Amino acid sequence: MNHVQVNGAVAGYRPSRTLRLTVELRRQFARRRTFGVVALMVALPLLLIAALKLGASEDAGENNRINLVDVATASGLNFTLFVLFATTGFFLVVVYALFFGDTVASEAQWGALRYTLATPVPRMRLLRQKWLAALVLSVGALLTLTAVSVLAGSVAFGFGAIETPVGVTLAQGEGFLRLAGMLGYLAVHLLVVGTLAFWFSTITDAPLAAVGGAVFTMFVFAILEQVEQLGSLRDWFPTAGEFAWTDLLQTPVADGDLFRGVIQSLVYAAVFTALGFRAFARRDVTS
Amino acid sequence: MRRSRGLVRPRSGARRALAVLLPLLVAAPLLVAAPAAAADVRTEDARIPAGSGADAVELDTTLFLPADGEPPAPAVVLAHGFGGSKDSVADEARALAGRGYVVLTFSARGFGRSTGSIGLDDPRYEVADLSALIDVLAERDDVVQDGDGDPRVGVAGASYGGALALLGAAYDQRIDAIAPQITWNSLTSALFPSQVGETPGATPADTAQAAGAGVYKRLWSGLFFGLGAAPSGDLLDLLGGAAGRDDRPAPADVDVEDVTSALTCGRFSAEVCAAYEAAASGAELTPEIAAVLDRASPAGVLDRITAPTLLIQGTQDSLFGLGQADANARGIAANGTDVAVVWYAGGHDAPASDQDTAALRNRVGDWFDAHLRGRDGATSSFEFPAPTGLGTAGTVGRVQGGTRTVTAERYPGLDGADPVRRTGIELSGTVQPVVNPAGGTPAALTTVPGLGALTAALGGSTLEIPGQSASFESAPLQDAVEVVGAATVELAVSSAGGSATLFAKLYDVGPDGTATLPAGLVAPLALTGLSADPAAPTRVGVTLPAIVHRFEAGHTMRLVVSTTDQGFALPVEPAVHSIALADPTTVLDVPQVEGRTEAAGGATRWWLLLAGLVALALLGWGAALLIGRRRDRQLSAVQPDGEDVPLRFEGVTKAYKDGFVAVRDLSFEVRRGQVLGLLGPNGAGKTTSLRMLMGLIRPTEGRISVFGHAARPGAPVLSRLGSFVEGTGLLPHLSGRENLRLYWAATGRPAEDAHMEEAIEVAGLGAALDRPVRRYSQGMRQRVAIAQAMLGLPDLLVLDEPTNGLDPPQIHAMREVLRSYAATGRTVIVSSHLLSEIEQTCSHVVVMAKGQKIAQGTVEEIVGAGGAVLLGVAEADTDRAIAVLEGLPGVTAGRTDDGLVAELEGVPRAEALRALVDAGIAVDQFTPRRRLEDAFLALVGES
Repeated sequence: MNHVQVNGAVAGYRPSRTLRLTVELRRQFARRRTFGVVALMVALPLLLIAALKLGASEDAGENNRINLVDVATASGLNFTLFVLFATTGFFLVVVYALFFGDTVASEAQWGALRYTLATPVPRMRLLRQKWLAALVLSVGALLTLTAVSVLAGSVAFGFGAIETPVGVTLAQGEGFLRLAGMLGYLAVHLLVVGTLAFWFSTITDAPLAAVGGAVFTMFVFAILEQVEQLGSLRDWFPTAGEFAWTDLLQTPVADGDLFRGVIQSLVYAAVFTALGFRAFARRDVTS
Repeated sequence: MRRSRGLVRPRSGARRALAVLLPLLVAAPLLVAAPAAAADVRTEDARIPAGSGADAVELDTTLFLPADGEPPAPAVVLAHGFGGSKDSVADEARALAGRGYVVLTFSARGFGRSTGSIGLDDPRYEVADLSALIDVLAERDDVVQDGDGDPRVGVAGASYGGALALLGAAYDQRIDAIAPQITWNSLTSALFPSQVGETPGATPADTAQAAGAGVYKRLWSGLFFGLGAAPSGDLLDLLGGAAGRDDRPAPADVDVEDVTSALTCGRFSAEVCAAYEAAASGAELTPEIAAVLDRASPAGVLDRITAPTLLIQGTQDSLFGLGQADANARGIAANGTDVAVVWYAGGHDAPASDQDTAALRNRVGDWFDAHLRGRDGATSSFEFPAPTGLGTAGTVGRVQGGTRTVTAERYPGLDGADPVRRTGIELSGTVQPVVNPAGGTPAALTTVPGLGALTAALGGSTLEIPGQSASFESAPLQDAVEVVGAATVELAVSSAGGSATLFAKLYDVGPDGTATLPAGLVAPLALTGLSADPAAPTRVGVTLPAIVHRFEAGHTMRLVVSTTDQGFALPVEPAVHSIALADPTTVLDVPQVEGRTEAAGGATRWWLLLAGLVALALLGWGAALLIGRRRDRQLSAVQPDGEDVPLRFEGVTKAYKDGFVAVRDLSFEVRRGQVLGLLGPNGAGKTTSLRMLMGLIRPTEGRISVFGHAARPGAPVLSRLGSFVEGTGLLPHLSGRENLRLYWAATGRPAEDAHMEEAIEVAGLGAALDRPVRRYSQGMRQRVAIAQAMLGLPDLLVLDEPTNGLDPPQIHAMREVLRSYAATGRTVIVSSHLLSEIEQTCSHVVVMAKGQKIAQGTVEEIVGAGGAVLLGVAEADTDRAIAVLEGLPGVTAGRTDDGLVAELEGVPRAEALRALVDAGIAVDQFTPRRRLEDAFLALVGES
C-alpha cells in the first residue's frame, strides 16, 4: 500500500515529530497544578513583602547573626535574594519535585501513558520530552518567582543596589549579573531533586509517591547534614551546596563551592536521569 | 568544628572534586578504603632516654613506619604544641607515614608521659632532646642515611613544636628541612610587644619592635603558663615520686618547698617558673625574664639555619602574629637558605577549616618531598587567604563554603624578590586627648585568647570605652583596598608623665557606620620619653597589626588609638595623653600583595565544564543517531503477507516476574476486513494480549506481527494502530475536543490525516465536547476515547470492552460504526466478556480462557456448530410438528422445558422450516438453539 513507509509506519509518521515540546507544554499548561504553582510563585513574594512591612515597626535588631534577612528590605534586589534564600531549602525543592515527579506517573494514573506509547512515541523520546517539559516548567517557576520578587520588591523597597550582609554594595547592573548566576546555579542544583523525582516517577504509577519520595529523601539528607559526626561525608550528599549560590555575594566571587556544586549536581542529575531511563525502558506498562 | 579524618584525603577545591567525580557513587566504599590503606602504617612505641645527670629524662615516643617492604625512607620528627603530647600529632604522623616517611612523634619533656620539667624550648634541654631522637633515627636501617650518624630528617610542628623545629635546625645541622607553623620568632616581642620603631620594611608583615620594653600580654601569657603549670595526675603521686599507693610519704616527710613548687610551677622548670612569676606580678620586661625568653627564641640563631624552611602562620592569631613569621623568614633567607611562607585563615584564635587543614598538610608533605626526596612539586610561592571584608574568617556572614587562596610568586622583600608594594591612604583627624583610667579599668575588649576575635561573638562590634581613644579616618575609599600585611603610620604623642601605653588598631567602617576590627588584632605601643608639651609632641612610628583584609569601596579606614585593652597589663596610674597624626597629611602605608587567586583558573574551568557538556551532548546525539539507524534496519524486516494479515500471534507467552502466566502459547491470525472478537471471561488474558500487541508489555516468548512487522515497544508500525484499552486515558483537565486535538498533535502527523470530523461524529457528544472531561459521564468518556482511537482512521482498530457503560441505543450505533469501519477494508479487534456483544458485532471470534485459546473461527462456525433449533408452535400443533420433523432423515425432536427442540443433525434449517410450513403448521419462532453462550460455556467448561 502506498500510504505505508518501508519501516511499516503510516505515511506522515515520523518518530522525531511525536510529542513535540510545545504539545507537551500545552498538555501541562492547562493543568490546575501548573496554575497553582505559578500563582504561588506570584503570591509568595507579595506575602513576604507584606510580612516584612508589617514587622518593620517592631524592633528588628534582636538577631545579631548576620544573614540575608537583615538586609532583605534594603532594596528590591536584596528582597529577591532574601526570597531565594527563604525558598531554596523547601519551596523550590517541592516545586522541582512536583514538576519532575508528576510527569510520567500522572500520565500513568490517568491511563494516558499507554495511548501515548502506542501512538507510538518511542519510550526514550517520551521520557526526553517529559524531562525537558518539566525542566521548562521548573525553571519557568523559578524565573517567575524571581521576576515577581524583583518587580514587587522594587516597588516596595526601591530599585536600589544590593547590600550584602557584610556591608558591601553591588550596583544594579552587577547585581543583576550575580542574580543571573545564582538562578543558574539554583536551576542546576535543584535538578538533583528534580531528577530523583523523575526517576521515582518512572517506577511508580502514583504521582504523590514520586513527588513525596523525592522530597522526603532530600529532607532526610538535610537532617543528616546537621549531624556533625558525619564530617566531610556530608559534602557528598545530594543536598550539599544548596546554599553555595550565596558565595556569589562575595567580592571577588568565591566560585570554588559553586563549581563543585554544579559538577556534583550534574553528576547526581545524570545518574538519576539515567536510572529513570533504564527503569522505563525495561518496564511493562500495566497501568 | 568539622574534624578531618586524619588522612591524606585532599578536599580542597573543586579541582580535586573533579578528580573524584566518576567514582562518586562509590564514594562510600572509598571512605572506608582510605583508612584501610592507612592501617598499613605500623607503629612502634618506645621510651628513649635523653639528657644526662639531673636533667636526664625519658621521652615517650611513637614511630610510624610505612608499609612493609618499602626501601629506606627519609624520616620526619613531629613536635607537638604547648600542652599537647605525641598523641596530638598522631593524625599528621599517619598522613606523612602514608606518604612514605618514617615519622617519629614524641612527647616533649614535661608533657604527656615523658618525664622531666618544661624548659620552654631551651637549647640545653628540649633542643638537645631533639638531637637525641635524631641519634636514634641514625641507627635505623629503614631510614635513609646521609652519612654516618646523619639520617635524612625533617622536623615539623606547630607553635611550641614549631619553635623547636627552628631551634633544632639552628643547633643540629643534621636536620635537612623544617616546616614550623604558627610559632614565634622572639618570645620577647610576642609576650612583651611594642610595635614602635622605624618602618616600613620590604616584607609585608615587617613589624617594628621597641627594644627593651613592651606591653605585657597578660591574658595569653597566663593561659600559656597555666597549661604547663597545672599539676598533672594525683598531687600525692607528684610529691611522693613513687607510683604505688602503699608507700605514700607520711605528711611529716613532705617538704613544704616541694609542695609550693608543685602547686605554683607544676611541670615548669624552676627557672622558667620564676621568670613567669616575675613577669606576671611585675608586668615588666626585666633582664632575667628577657634571658629566659631570648634563649627560647629562634631570633638570635636564625643565621645558623641552613635547612630549607616552610613557614606557616595564621591570620587569626593574637598570640604569634604574622609579624613573627615575617621576622623568621627574613632572618633565615638572609643566609641564602630556601624559605617559603604560607598564611592561612586560622591560628591560635581560630581553628583552620577542614579544607585548609588538608591543604596545609599537603603543602608540608610537598615541602618534605622536595627537600628530603628531591622530588618536584614544592614551590617557594607565598600563599595567603584571599582578603575578604569579613571580620573573621569563615564564621560570620557565610552560609557555607570555603575560602580561596591567593598565590604570589615569592614572599615579597625576601632575598632578591621585589619589596612589597605600599599604598598611602590619607588620614585626617585633630589632636585628641585620651585618658588612661586609674587601675586600667574599664578597658576595651578586642580579643579573648583562643576564642577568636570577639568581633564575631558580638556581632561585629568590639567594645571601645568613650574617652579612652582617639580616632583618625580616611575618606570613603574610591576602590576596594586589600591589605596584606602590616600597615604603618606615624603619630605624634605627648604626655605629661612622659610615658604612655597605647593600643593602635585599624577598623573597617562600613557606609552605615558599623565598624569591624579585622581579626580582632591590636598593636600595643609602650612609649617612653615622650614630650610633655602638647605643642611639640614626640613623633612615633607605629606598625599596625598584620592582617589580610579587604576594605570595600565606600568603606572608610579608621585608625583608633586607645589607652586600654583587656588582654594586656595596663598601667594603674591615671594619665592623660594627647594623640595626633604626625603631619596634617599623614598617610597610612598599606602593604598590598598581588597574586593569582586559586580561582584564576576559575573562568577557564567553567568554560571547560561547558565544553565538556557540549561534547557529551554531541556524543550522545551521535550515538542516538547510530542506534536509531540500526534499529530502522531491523524494523524493515517484514513478512511478505503482512498486508493481508494485519495481526498475527505466534506462540506468544507472557509470564510475569511473580510467576503468573497471563497468556500461554497463543497463536491466531486476523485477516483484512475482519471484525475479530476476542472472547473470554475476566482474567482470560485478553487485555494482556492487546497490551502486548500495542508494545506496552513485552512477550516472554513468541512473536506478534502487525502488518508483518514485529510489534515491539515504539515500533513505527504501531502508527497504523488505533487503540482503546482499559480506561479512557483522557486528560481530565481538558475538554473532549482539546483532548482529541492534543492527542493528534502528539502523534506529530499532519492535521489533515486526522479525519477529526468523522471521529467527532462517532463520539456524538454535540456541545458537550467542549466541556472538561472531568465532568463527563462514563459513557461520554468512553465515546471520546473510541473517537480518539479512530483518529487518523487506523488500519487496525483495537477496542477493549468498547460498549461498557454505553446505553442500548449507543451500543447499537457503535456496532454499526464498527461494521461499516471493517467494510472499508480495515480491520477491527474487539474484546469482550459479553457474549451477545461479540455475536452481534463480530465476523470472527477467538475464545480464550485462562490465558489459552480455546476455539477460533467465524461466529457462524462457533455459533452454529450444534444445529439444534428451538421451535415456537401452537400447543395443538406440537405433536404434528414432531411427526413432520422426525419424518426428515436423521432428525429428532421432542419437548423440553424451553419448548419444542429439534436436533437437525445436518439437515439445513431452511429445509426443516419448509417442511413444517408445507405441512400447514404455523411457526411462531424458529431460532438456532445453541447460541454462543452455550458454546462458550461448553468450551470454557471443557478446558
